[in-house]
Amino acid sequence: MSPSYQDLIAAAREVIPEVEPADVASRVASGDGPLIIDVRETAEWDQGHLPGAVHIPRGFLESRIGGTAPDSDQEILVSCASGQRSLLSAQTLHHMGFTNVTNLAGGFARWKQNNHPVEVPRILSAAQRSRYSRHILIPEVGEEGQMKLLDSKALLIGAGGLGSPAAYYLAAAGIGTIGLVDDDEVDESNLQRQIIHTTDRVGMNKGESAKQAIAALNPEVQVNVHPFRVNRDNVLDLVSQYDVIVDGADNFPTRYLLADASLMTKTPLVHASILRFEGHASVFNPYDGPCYRCLFPEPPPPDLAPSCGEAGVLGVLCGVMGNIQATEAIKVLLGIGDTLSGRLLIYDALGMTFTELKVRRDPDCPSCGPNADLQLRDYEAWCAGVGSHDHAGVSA
Amino acid sequence: MSVTVRIPSPLRPLTGNAGTVECAPGTVAAIIDELEANHPGFRDRVTQDGKLRRFVNVFVAGQDVRFEQGIDTAVADGQEVTILPAVAGG
Repeated sequence: MSPSYQDLIAAAREVIPEVEPADVASRVASGDGPLIIDVRETAEWDQGHLPGAVHIPRGFLESRIGGTAPDSDQEILVSCASGQRSLLSAQTLHHMGFTNVTNLAGGFARWKQNNHPVEVPRILSAAQRSRYSRHILIPEVGEEGQMKLLDSKALLIGAGGLGSPAAYYLAAAGIGTIGLVDDDEVDESNLQRQIIHTTDRVGMNKGESAKQAIAALNPEVQVNVHPFRVNRDNVLDLVSQYDVIVDGADNFPTRYLLADASLMTKTPLVHASILRFEGHASVFNPYDGPCYRCLFPEPPPPDLAPSCGEAGVLGVLCGVMGNIQATEAIKVLLGIGDTLSGRLLIYDALGMTFTELKVRRDPDCPSCGPNADLQLRDYEAWCAGVGSHDHAGVSA
Repeated sequence: MSVTVRIPSPLRPLTGNAGTVECAPGTVAAIIDELEANHPGFRDRVTQDGKLRRFVNVFVAGQDVRFEQGIDTAVADGQEVTILPAVAGG
């Protein structure tokens, strides 16, 4: 006759010792606890679990235990709700060659009854788990990373060529708060590249227009519209509310001002700039790598640095560069991977080449060097003056 | 024996719109001399009083010459020289 459930439980009890919650609790409290594997379903786990426990639902036990417990001699305590599923799971581990497996007597129910400490995980809602499932599957992101993104605040300077794709993807990624700084209105000539805007929103403030697009894509994202130009008076207050700056400005004074504000508030700055077929991108981590002025001590004169409005820009270039910025911003927020800090990436769309240049921290940098006099300067006047006073004026 | 010099968009009108120009190896200064000889006006755009202008970044094989020997930085056969002014567009 085939064994009944009771038979299976009884057979497992023969080989798996049970441990009383009080004994586990005192060992956990003294920092000498075993590896605790909780084999309940996700919904049960979410209600609370033993402190420090690792969640492996019973259905995944055989496939995932190796990643959590590479050493088969390691002491493992298995727990579930009442101690029966965990007993059978412990027996499975025993069969798999784990030599030191015990079962929590009475499971989580008895643990809780005896008033031992309980950890309640901060969890994603079912809707969030579904929306961000492809992120959660990536080990470097996972639920923890996704929650980090949901708690993050990104400030986008400009909701234009770079800001449009960056804002779209950051919103899709679930960045909790997105600030959009732009005093400009949507113009028909923007729509060739500024894909977050639409034809029927021509004339609307770009931040407001982007907010509508983001609301349609991911209503969970809090969008702060800042419909003004960044200046010396508002930049610190603005930047200090956010975790990362995504610089998609269209002028040098704003870029130099942001670079200094990034240093003053120690907020990482994700840089990109574009012209015609060429894009630049880098990451400036305050005092941990070069800053924008280490790379470009002075802006070029206007004829060496025409704007996109004067010289044109391939629309799709904005998508590539804005999304490189979004990628780097997410990496900065999650603290994963190698960012472009210390490197300038140059993308030439016409030649379809990516070139990397090394960017060093300049010991004489007027913004981040040891002798720097860091203050918010009048970059409008400076940028206008730098080019004119020492430029030979030879027209190209 | 040649090095490839990458010309930024704003200077391309001087090089007949060429994005890259081949020059002889030597130093950054010698390459600028050669560019001036073939594309008159080039030198003044990137140098002043014999020095690179502050707003012009020159990289040899990916390294900023400000942290090497400036305009006297050597450029070996096959290396790439990148002339790079900042771009503001966004």
